Amino acid sequence: MKFQPIDQAAAALGAEKRAAVQAGSKAGHEKRTKLLFEHYSDPDRLRRLAGEIKQHAIENLDSYLPAAEARLLANGAKVHWAATAGDACAAVLGILRSRGATKLVKAKTMVSEEIELAAFLEKHGIECLETDLGEFIVQLDGDHPSHIIKPILHKNRRQIAESFERHGLGTYDDTPEEITRRARRFLRHKYLEADAGLTGANFVVAESGRIVVVTNEGNSRFCLAATRCHIVLAGIEKIVPRDRDLGPLLNLLARSGTAQQLTVYTEFISGPRSPSQPDGPDEMHVIFVDNGRSEVLAGDCRDILRCIRCGACLNVCPVYRQAGGHAYRSVYPGPVGAVLSPLMLGGRFSEKADLPKASSLCGACNEVCPVNIPIPDLLLRLRARAQREGISSPGVPPFGAWSVLASRPAAWRAALIAGRAIDHIPTRLLPVPALRAWENTRTLPPWRGGEFRRWWEKRRKR
Amino acid sequence: MTDREEVLSRVRSALAPLGRREALPDFEAGLCLPDGLSAVGGPEETFVERLRSVNGEAVAGPAALAVRLRAGGWTRGYCDPELWPGLAPHFGPDFSVETEFDLARIDDYSFGITRAAGAIAETGTIILDDAGTSRRLAALAPWVHVAAVPRSRIFATLAEGLGALGRDSNVIWVTGPSKTADVEGILIEGVHGPGVQIALLL
Repeated sequence: MKFQPIDQAAAALGAEKRAAVQAGSKAGHEKRTKLLFEHYSDPDRLRRLAGEIKQHAIENLDSYLPAAEARLLANGAKVHWAATAGDACAAVLGILRSRGATKLVKAKTMVSEEIELAAFLEKHGIECLETDLGEFIVQLDGDHPSHIIKPILHKNRRQIAESFERHGLGTYDDTPEEITRRARRFLRHKYLEADAGLTGANFVVAESGRIVVVTNEGNSRFCLAATRCHIVLAGIEKIVPRDRDLGPLLNLLARSGTAQQLTVYTEFISGPRSPSQPDGPDEMHVIFVDNGRSEVLAGDCRDILRCIRCGACLNVCPVYRQAGGHAYRSVYPGPVGAVLSPLMLGGRFSEKADLPKASSLCGACNEVCPVNIPIPDLLLRLRARAQREGISSPGVPPFGAWSVLASRPAAWRAALIAGRAIDHIPTRLLPVPALRAWENTRTLPPWRGGEFRRWWEKRRKR
Repeated sequence: MTDREEVLSRVRSALAPLGRREALPDFEAGLCLPDGLSAVGGPEETFVERLRSVNGEAVAGPAALAVRLRAGGWTRGYCDPELWPGLAPHFGPDFSVETEFDLARIDDYSFGITRAAGAIAETGTIILDDAGTSRRLAALAPWVHVAAVPRSRIFATLAEGLGALGRDSNVIWVTGPSKTADVEGILIEGVHGPGVQIALLL
């Protein structure tokens, strides 16, 4: 029996991880909903507005990107462009080499995961240390984040304590407070030793050239207080037109992501440190990364580029809750990842064309999205694309016979009558793998085929 | 072709076939105000209340600050040299306060006192900028950060705060102590930054 890849991952997840994923995502979703509706009588209005702002921004990137570049240059920053992941890695390495830098601390950058920067830099003799607590733990374990904003949603405290012990961060202690303190003591000296700090960008404001970075832990601030060189990896879709547009976006990002009114640290960086300021970078480099985004922009799923990476769609998704983030085989998991990951592969779309099929299309991801992305519609478009391109995925039942039946009324009527046989034949003898898979975990209900037709007939006669 | 031209030409050709582009929506700043959260008085009262709700603290003056620091057992720290003359008379001989921040002894400072550019009442946020902060690290590395907030610079709303970002090359909004919930969703304060965030109202 062949399952879809995401089903295989869900089946192999293990009880402990599944419990961690389910508890974490459920709590995240419930807290978000409670806070949002306590604070706003009509939060829907706000997210529709935020969606329009971001849609406008991505549909006008051709003018906003050069505008942001001009502001950044005027503010004293240097601007680089990277067409591919390789170009982006090379740009970072070039900057570090020009300064003789060998130690890099990084914070708040999914793009660096996307372009696999850490492995690349280490190959070139540069130490690249993750500073977000969760991502630091992931790096220690040689693991991958499983959630956009809660990277270790899939781990519990015991696993973390064991890992700390293995890596010489003290004897086993699994209290969350002690885990956090140990990371604090270890990492603060790493910041001070580092030659450069790398961050992502939550938003890039075109009119002011401000890079906006939000964190709760303060790790990005430490990168920008202790090092002399700041490198920003920003996806080209991170643009917003005006400073004032940050109002709806910051309000929604904090509430959707972590159920906070505002993230603890919201940093607005428009250039190297002021001359009077002793701490912080005297060089700032912004690298605008394409890596497949312009191709997404050209297609009919460009709405996905509105995403502000809050993770709300992961928390609410019944598939994510069962399968966990690693099941998506991508930096971007969950519903947003099911759209974005295959698209960003460009010509290698087929490698992840199964992801859009791993959805019940329940629509919850669209309802919670702070920028109102119609994710279910986009998933359907990608399914249609896979169909057009003749890409088959393992474990998807063949619908050929179904379409023959469903498009011929006489055949359909005959099938409804013949279907009664199912009540009398053991399911495991049926030549339909999907039915057998269903029966592995559930009991097939008695055959009720034709009931709607009978009801309709009766209703018409009345 | 340089990477710049390559990226921009791809973006241009991606957008060229679009017939109608989404218009930039205009909106009233008031739309972002959480109407379910009522202000508890003027901006200062609201700021103090919201700061408490994110586990921050406010103290009304230098004498109250000295009492609070002593009660926490935080007697060794750093203070912005411009602020210290005004605070020193209220701090007893049990305090050891330096006006130079020595990076080599970063863990010796239990508190850091720096100037804030202002505050935002709506969110309980302290605004730090490069022009007013004597050292970014002194406001970040010690366990306790004390931000001296001028009462005259408390903005009512987040939108007003955005409007006041100005030309400083680095502005950071601080809303409560540094925190994480990465381990099993349990809230822990004081991750990389301060575990205690105090606003000294001046």
